[in-house]
Amino acid sequence: MRLTVNGVEWDLAVHPMKRLLDVLREDCSLTGTKEGCGEGECGACTVLVDDAPVCACLIPVAQVIGANVRTIEGLGDDHPLQRAFMDEVGAQCGICTPGMIMAALALGPRPSLARIKVGLAGNLCRCTGYEAIYRAVRRAADATSVETGAVRP
Amino acid sequence: MNAVGVSVSRKDGIGKATGHAVYADDLVFPGMLYARTIRSTIPCGRLTGVKLDFDTSGFTIVDHRDIPPGGRNVIALIENDQPCLVERDIRHVAEPVLLLAHADREHLLGARVELQEEAFEPVLDPERSEHVFKEILIEKGNVDRAMARADTVVEGTYRTGHQEHVYIEPNGVVAVPSEDGITIYGSIQCPFYVHKALVVLLGDAVRNVRVVQTETGGGFGGKEEYPSMIAAHAALLALKAKQPVKLIYDREEDMLATTKRHPSIVRHRTGLTKTGRIVSMEVDVLLDGGAYVTLSPVVLSRGAIHAAGPYRCHDTRIHARAVMTNTPPNGAFRGFGAPQTQFAMEVHMDRIAEALGMEPVLLRMKNALRPGDATATGQKLGDDASALDVLRAATSRARYRRKRAAYAGSRRGIGLSLFYHGSGFTGSGELRLASRAALETTATGVRVLTSSTEIGQGTRTMHAQIVADALGIPYELVEVAAPDTALVPDSGPTVASRTCMVVGRILQRCAEQLRARLGRLTPAEHFAAHGALRVEEQYEQPDWIKWDDATYKGDAYATYAWGCNVAEVELDAVTHEVRPLRITVAVDVGKAIHPALARGQVEGGTAQGLGWALNENVVMQNGAMANAQLTNYIIPTTLDTPAIDVTILEHPYEGGPFGAKGLGELPIDGPASAVVNAVRHLGIDVREIPATPERIATSEPVCA
Repeated sequence: MRLTVNGVEWDLAVHPMKRLLDVLREDCSLTGTKEGCGEGECGACTVLVDDAPVCACLIPVAQVIGANVRTIEGLGDDHPLQRAFMDEVGAQCGICTPGMIMAALALGPRPSLARIKVGLAGNLCRCTGYEAIYRAVRRAADATSVETGAVRP
Repeated sequence: MNAVGVSVSRKDGIGKATGHAVYADDLVFPGMLYARTIRSTIPCGRLTGVKLDFDTSGFTIVDHRDIPPGGRNVIALIENDQPCLVERDIRHVAEPVLLLAHADREHLLGARVELQEEAFEPVLDPERSEHVFKEILIEKGNVDRAMARADTVVEGTYRTGHQEHVYIEPNGVVAVPSEDGITIYGSIQCPFYVHKALVVLLGDAVRNVRVVQTETGGGFGGKEEYPSMIAAHAALLALKAKQPVKLIYDREEDMLATTKRHPSIVRHRTGLTKTGRIVSMEVDVLLDGGAYVTLSPVVLSRGAIHAAGPYRCHDTRIHARAVMTNTPPNGAFRGFGAPQTQFAMEVHMDRIAEALGMEPVLLRMKNALRPGDATATGQKLGDDASALDVLRAATSRARYRRKRAAYAGSRRGIGLSLFYHGSGFTGSGELRLASRAALETTATGVRVLTSSTEIGQGTRTMHAQIVADALGIPYELVEVAAPDTALVPDSGPTVASRTCMVVGRILQRCAEQLRARLGRLTPAEHFAAHGALRVEEQYEQPDWIKWDDATYKGDAYATYAWGCNVAEVELDAVTHEVRPLRITVAVDVGKAIHPALARGQVEGGTAQGLGWALNENVVMQNGAMANAQLTNYIIPTTLDTPAIDVTILEHPYEGGPFGAKGLGELPIDGPASAVVNAVRHLGIDVREIPATPERIATSEPVCA
């Protein structure tokens, strides 16, 4: 089973129906992607598959062969969204944060508040009431547009 | 530079934003087995047999007989009535009976176990339960005489449902056996609770019990008591297998088996003068405790003490009971009984306002507790009692009066609530806990040693800020040790809005003492010259606090935090859905040590309160949660959560660090009643939550 995760190619002997979430966490040791519900409701396991946000708990690994999978680890440790989530306290307990950041990454440049709310509606957070998350996403958009002119997924 | 009052970078921010933070399910140990719990399927009855319908090779199988000699089959807490594993009697659905472990998860999940159960008639209605876990009577003055003399008496009954915590990280631990003991790594709010439970369960046979908190993905009270059960199960399997065992619940199991907020039924009779002064209050509180005592007595205690709301009344009687039903035990949930009783009080206040033809704000202004007033337990309030300040701040910021008039007769409504929350353990609880905290010098600065857990609320950051300023060193030079029962003193459980006010104050005293002992040296210079210096302090109760557990009279809490909510809602005429549009919150927390974290606590607690009010409906069928999935138990998403406008006032409490009081629970005491009062403004008489569309559609109109 050949798989590309964060630009790295993996050749894994796993069952094709194994959940992408388990493959990432157990076979690739990428534990930044979290399981919150296992039924695609909470979004804690959100990763990007060819730049589109998906719940890794709903996808068998066979479905992403040939695709580019991007996880929180693929952002490095100093992405504008990560910095903004720290500065605005967008992370409290932190369990939704990797998925939330991956979903925010797919929002496109300078998203409006309405766009952010719709784009993150599949990512549950029980700590923040979402306000600090909106502040973080907007701050990241401002920072990125200053640095590079656009947010790139 | 001062750290207190500044939104410094949180200690755990980088790990959480990069995905490097290590939670229980991220841990892997060599030879680790996966585990699974086999549970009862009936609410009441007897276990008559267990049939293993699978090839048991490679499996570790544990039942109650595997508890070591000298140990006890209980989860030790208050009454020690809850077994770790069923022996014979079954008191609720999803009660643990048998434990399985296997190296391969698919094998584990494929194992078929058949329980033979003999069913008895369960008690599911708390009003019909004759088994009382705890009864409390708070009495002040002469209620009957005052009630007889009142110009008007207003009565009402108010109900609240279960609420599931839905921390996004489900419960879980890993147990690792050693030569003479067991180490638990897990998602845990109170490591020393788990430690105590394991010592009782395992007895002398297991000498070294160690509990280490991993990064914890939310708690809200839901990881206060139940982790002791999970740790007990994982420990028994690990000791038998002599291998590490990971026991992580999936969402359905977590919702089905673990604790929830106690459902409540609260009855009020209130006597008033013509001018709207409260002259007598009679309150009857009933909490559904579920099948075992667990924490119900203390939840009831806090609920009862807060049941008269933040109002002055000389003649008050509060009678409260927690009773047993054949449902999974209800337990700690942010607010701990106070949200239930204050929901009733605040909806009742709007009904009183209607009965008197009085504006709800004016009624509250007239009766709100002021400095020097006495609460229901006879506690005289200090100068930091700021009910009137938060009431003014929230109503003026929300433009309440103008909108109240403007929305009349439209699809929009506006309502408010006034509330307070005692900081720290009730009564003499803090004295009994006798919490300890420590500081030690390191090569770079100092290290904070407590068992207070970071569960998202900012414990590490806030403690480091307090220590930095009390020592006069930069925040960055303060590190915070992970709660590990082998290394840290017992600073008590991370509950009851006590981590800042109570534990933070002990740390402040540690820092002051350390400052004196360092002389002119910095901590690092002292460390280089003399090696590690450790300072430990214990909780000291202010000498003015007097409390009588027998009569429930005296100073129930060292102090109170205060809050007011104004909720604006819109009713969908077709679906009967109530949509919150905006909620304006004013709170007084003494001092916001970290303003951004404090605001985050208020915003998050408010959203959780809105969910309880409108969305979160635990459907119980034959003693079990029928909708134990996030697909059909709905917590607020981005699209359900309105704008939350927060104002923080700071009337300091002199016994708290830098004036700080408790904060974590306060925000959930108010939103539900504010929303229901906004629905009343629409002319709909709702007295029970969740106020689902079905309930709104079948509600009576408000009698004008």
